[in-house]
Amino acid sequence: MPVTQPVSVPAAVTTKLSVEHVSMVFERDGKSTHVLNDINLEVGDGEFVCLLGPSGCGKSTLLNAMAGFLSPTSGEIRAGGEVVRKPDPRRIFVFQERGVFPWLTVEGNIGFGLSQLSRAEREKRIAYYVKMVGLEGFEKTYPQELSGGMKQRLEVARALAVNPDMLLLDEPFGALDSITRLIMRGELLRIWEAERKTIVFVTHDIDEAVQLADRVVVMSARPATIQQIVNIDIAHPRDISSPRYLELRDGIFKQIGLAHKL
Amino acid sequence: MQDETTASTKLRIQLRPIAFIAVLLVLWSIAIRWQPSHLLPGPWGVVGGIADLLHHGLLLKYVVASLFRVTWGFVLAVVLAIPLGLAVGWFRRAEMALNPILQILRPISPLAWIPIAILWFGVGDLAAIFLIFVGCFFPLMLTAINAVQSIPAVYVNAGRNFGLSSAALAYRVLYPAVVPNLIVGLRITLGIAWLVVVAAEMIAVSSGLGFLIVDARNAGNRYDLVVAGMLIIGLIGLLLDMGMRSLEKVKSFRWGYSED
Repeated sequence: MPVTQPVSVPAAVTTKLSVEHVSMVFERDGKSTHVLNDINLEVGDGEFVCLLGPSGCGKSTLLNAMAGFLSPTSGEIRAGGEVVRKPDPRRIFVFQERGVFPWLTVEGNIGFGLSQLSRAEREKRIAYYVKMVGLEGFEKTYPQELSGGMKQRLEVARALAVNPDMLLLDEPFGALDSITRLIMRGELLRIWEAERKTIVFVTHDIDEAVQLADRVVVMSARPATIQQIVNIDIAHPRDISSPRYLELRDGIFKQIGLAHKL
Repeated sequence: MQDETTASTKLRIQLRPIAFIAVLLVLWSIAIRWQPSHLLPGPWGVVGGIADLLHHGLLLKYVVASLFRVTWGFVLAVVLAIPLGLAVGWFRRAEMALNPILQILRPISPLAWIPIAILWFGVGDLAAIFLIFVGCFFPLMLTAINAVQSIPAVYVNAGRNFGLSSAALAYRVLYPAVVPNLIVGLRITLGIAWLVVVAAEMIAVSSGLGFLIVDARNAGNRYDLVVAGMLIIGLIGLLLDMGMRSLEKVKSFRWGYSED
């Protein structure tokens, strides 16, 4: 059975985000670096997509372009039909680490994007997301006193509180220890199943991608192209020792050119 | 960590510097007996000097005069240099244009401005305030420029992602992100202001702690008053620094000083 699927979204799902012929060239000190090369991708509404590739391949660059922090050199990115030109609260970017504001408490961070709401509404929203990410009792705590995993959950809560259409996560668990990372994956899936946001998740960890995503977009080294898009047709919760899981994972290992042996 | 420290060891730690000062005072008075006393007054002479100043109402008057000048010079410099420095730091082109002139003006000692201060403002408070202002302005401006430039990009990007306008971004992200660095700069600069006021008062005015020191020497070699004045200057400088340092303990600023 082939693991490769055509680059398309099932007809029933509406497209939330489309990347059309996006290329990116950085000019620095007179040298130009070709980072992305003709990337085409469609992400469906409510879909969980992982961008997987070696470090420095440009997957974060693509995510930054989706968020509107960077403009593509050529091609276009559309979100909900509109061309992405600048950052927007409908697409919240969750940073690799330390994206929470250290001068605000847990409450202050979650409420950061809610200043236009009434006080009562804001407090309700904050309490809801504090609970969702399991930070009850830490409302008045500053990030400095939180663990890495708690900070990352806080950042996810801050992102969800503004009710975005889409979350863009840039290796969000990369700085965590491996046990916390596993717990956080479970938490993220639980939240995703509850809220059904569209998620684009950048990682260089093959297991992470296969555990989380509906589809894994495998990218090549720089200049990055899409090598393959793998459908992960296993229902959640996923049994990570099932033959199908191992088959999909090994397929990606091969695709990336890694023999699955140390 | 602190819970384990018993009250008595804490007390001992606090007493240590006091004991050391006591030892120095004893050594000082012994040394004075061995030497002709015109090299330095003894500790009791200095205490007598302070009492003398208090008795004539000069101590309070001079302290107030010095603090008055420092406050004006420092506050004016803060009000002008910090907003300017923040703006210059934010706009890269402004920084590139201004940086060379700042780097030339910065190493000039504020004392080198004394003739110009007197030429512009005459002998009096204004000249002293101007010197303090000059002494504070450049370090504060450089602090503000560096503080803006060292804001991690993630904070700015996160702020923009939540749809903040430029004004909201400045107020809700840039300002809180620079405060810890600014406080360090303010503390150092207040120390400079306190150094400059003494020098300025020696030349440009006829009151204040700096004037006291020069006047006590000129009018009858009263070295007990000179050392008394020095001691008062040191103590007030310490209090000013402690006041600024207490700002660093505010919870929403403290992240900027963590070691991790």
